[in-house]
Amino acid sequence: MDIINTKEMSKDDIVAVLDRAAEIEPSDALDGDVLALLFFEPSTRTRMSFDTAMKRLGGDTVDMGSVESSSVKKGETLADTVRVVEGYADAIVLRHPREGAARLAAEFVDVPVINAGDGAGHHPTQTLLDLYTVRDNVAAALGDLHVGIMGDLKYGRTVHSLAFALAKFGARITFVSPPSLRVPENVRTELGRAGIEFKEVDGVDDVIDTLDVLYATRIQKERFPDEKEYEKVAGEYRVTPETLETARDDLVLMHPLPRVDEIAPDVDETRHAKYFEQAHNGVPVRMAVLDMVM
Amino acid sequence: MEELKIQPIRNGTVVDHIPQGQALNVLRVLGVDSATRDVVSVAMNVPSDEMGRKDIVKVEDRRIDSKEADLIALIAPDATVNVVDDYDVTEKHDVSMPDEIRGVLACPNPSCITNTREPVETVFDVRDDEIRCEYCGTVLTDEIAEHLA
Repeated sequence: MDIINTKEMSKDDIVAVLDRAAEIEPSDALDGDVLALLFFEPSTRTRMSFDTAMKRLGGDTVDMGSVESSSVKKGETLADTVRVVEGYADAIVLRHPREGAARLAAEFVDVPVINAGDGAGHHPTQTLLDLYTVRDNVAAALGDLHVGIMGDLKYGRTVHSLAFALAKFGARITFVSPPSLRVPENVRTELGRAGIEFKEVDGVDDVIDTLDVLYATRIQKERFPDEKEYEKVAGEYRVTPETLETARDDLVLMHPLPRVDEIAPDVDETRHAKYFEQAHNGVPVRMAVLDMVM
Repeated sequence: MEELKIQPIRNGTVVDHIPQGQALNVLRVLGVDSATRDVVSVAMNVPSDEMGRKDIVKVEDRRIDSKEADLIALIAPDATVNVVDDYDVTEKHDVSMPDEIRGVLACPNPSCITNTREPVETVFDVRDDEIRCEYCGTVLTDEIAEHLA
């Protein structure tokens, strides 16, 4: 079983992972198994939480290390790399800068492939831990929620995966971004096809009092032609205590991290801030994923 | 009048009712390029009662099956494909859009994994008239002929 994107997971599949994550305990369930970590892009949370998750289940990991120190640097194709690694490990976690990389890898190997981010495409295990965090902090069912997703919606893979998953539950989504960073057409088409009610706005102020969850994401400097334009836009999408003044008491504020300036440090102490808890949830959720696919 | 412009063939395939100006793209879809050893005849801007003007392609000694014929629908949705044996039409296919298109189109997304040295052919899913890259999800929004690999 591969985990490539949330679009191809059913609602039942997602709920099964969340339920398993809620009850999973350290064990020797994967004793003797090895998980390969192939990260062609930098990662802290995803790489370390997969590593921790595997070890808490009694298994071990083998890490490709940086691209610079691997045969990728010599021009090896991804198809060759994964076919080699398949001989060393019982499952592969893959992050790659190209969209569709995990799907390609899954075609070339028999061991399970877990997509840990493919370019601007998908990051399904991030979404699973996002949903786990929401479910843990909000009393209402996922389908009854109004979720605001804010920031770089065009290139942010966590956004695309989250939107597809929320669509399965029927949640209401409001996308908050500058016009230049709106969700891509293919994501919009999919949501429309799923019959999801969503709207797109330029600022969060008009909707924040109706939100159950505000999911902030990083606006990347390299997406802008000049630094002044970036600073202007980034400033408009920064969450501060003032932004949250009209929010409901039980609003859950999330962020996939790392943050730069999107959330002011003094928001961390508010009851809304759940992003560190969200990052910690990466371990039980990835334990559940590994336990189910390996 | 048509017969004077383009000779009948003894064996092979005739693709008729191609929109004006699309004959060469039909050949590209069929993988017929300058390296081919087949005898290929192309008639362009042929007067047609139904279409005003149309193109026709004839490929000698090659039988185009219904799967290949469906790829022609990408370029010429109303084309007809006639397989000829000893000057007689022995098979006739209308074309219809396939559910999946393999190896014919290039993905317009420069970051798609298929636009690299990886040993894979492109795969596009066709659903509700939407053509979507199976690898990266990009939807083709402009002329399909622009994306022929």
